[in-house]
Amino acid sequence: MSETPPEIADIMRVSSHREVYEPCDDSFALVDALLTDQTNLINHKPNICMEIGCGSGYVITSLILLLKSKLSNIHYLATDTNPLAAKVTTETLEAHGLKADVICTDIASCLETRLAGLVDVMVVNPPYVPTPEYEVGMEGIASSWAGGENGRSVIDRMLPVVDRLLSEKGWFYLVTLSCNYPSEICLMMRKRGFAWRILVQRSTEEENLIILKFWRDGEEVERLEEETISDEFSRSLSLFMRKQ
Amino acid sequence: MRLIVHNMLTCNIKGVINKFPLRIEAEKVIKKEVDFNPDFLRHMLAKIEWKALVDGARSMGYTELPDHAPDTERVESDESFLKKFHHALLELHLEEGSLVCQETGRKFPVDKGVPNMVLREDEV
Repeated sequence: MSETPPEIADIMRVSSHREVYEPCDDSFALVDALLTDQTNLINHKPNICMEIGCGSGYVITSLILLLKSKLSNIHYLATDTNPLAAKVTTETLEAHGLKADVICTDIASCLETRLAGLVDVMVVNPPYVPTPEYEVGMEGIASSWAGGENGRSVIDRMLPVVDRLLSEKGWFYLVTLSCNYPSEICLMMRKRGFAWRILVQRSTEEENLIILKFWRDGEEVERLEEETISDEFSRSLSLFMRKQ
Repeated sequence: MRLIVHNMLTCNIKGVINKFPLRIEAEKVIKKEVDFNPDFLRHMLAKIEWKALVDGARSMGYTELPDHAPDTERVESDESFLKKFHHALLELHLEEGSLVCQETGRKFPVDKGVPNMVLREDEV
């Protein structure tokens, strides 16, 4: 009998550095969300998958492993603003015998023009921790968590970039905390023509994690009442928590 | 860094108009074999800026690519072309070197295969 290959990254083979964020509850929750959606992802047949802010490489490695046995011709890209994270991600991929193109850049700044409309799956575990604004954009490990006011400074800059890069059938997976006001994020994405769904909700000692999935639903939204989305969000969150 | 990535990278320094392509200065090039996948190549061919690919490959020592890409219909049957395209796009890696902005001359280093495109504060 042959052993079934592991479908997510092996934590023992994830490389590390003191200036690079190590896989933690948020990373695990995001990978769990991708596992929940694995069959859909396989049927989605993406050509290009991308992670912004790849850190240790745990998530992109898991994504590749999740899809590898069913889909062979996907191009994987990963970016991080921290050169050490880019290096650690490369090492993590190599330790799993996998390949992705790793680029060191702020969000996806050097790719926005030529990669526009080509990404079919985007995965982001952003710096979401509420911090003083001056901590945002600092070098090293701080870039992995410092999120400014409500933890939204970097997330809010990312949303238009993600919209630009995603293809017509593109899907977007995003880690948020309840203190990031995720219903506002859903509203911002709704205005850009995206529908959303909660994939994972998890309360840890320190944070209340919510993993969201977005996709274009083709509907042009001209006017939206903020309360509508906010109500809709609370409703799906409580429904979701009851199911768990 | 592979040429598929080079073909997507632009120089985002504030005020720069001629952002693409970046000129490659190769110090170390390695080759890693990748499974040949004609469907993926045909899908990518439409997105690739051909001249940037040819110039990039040449600066990395690979000169087999034709000056012009064949027509999309002819590509289907032209396996010899697809093999060359495959090699240039996916198997050549710039391990060490630089990507140079043609307008400003700014050099973005490529270290252990990873291009560092992060801008300095005065460039944003």
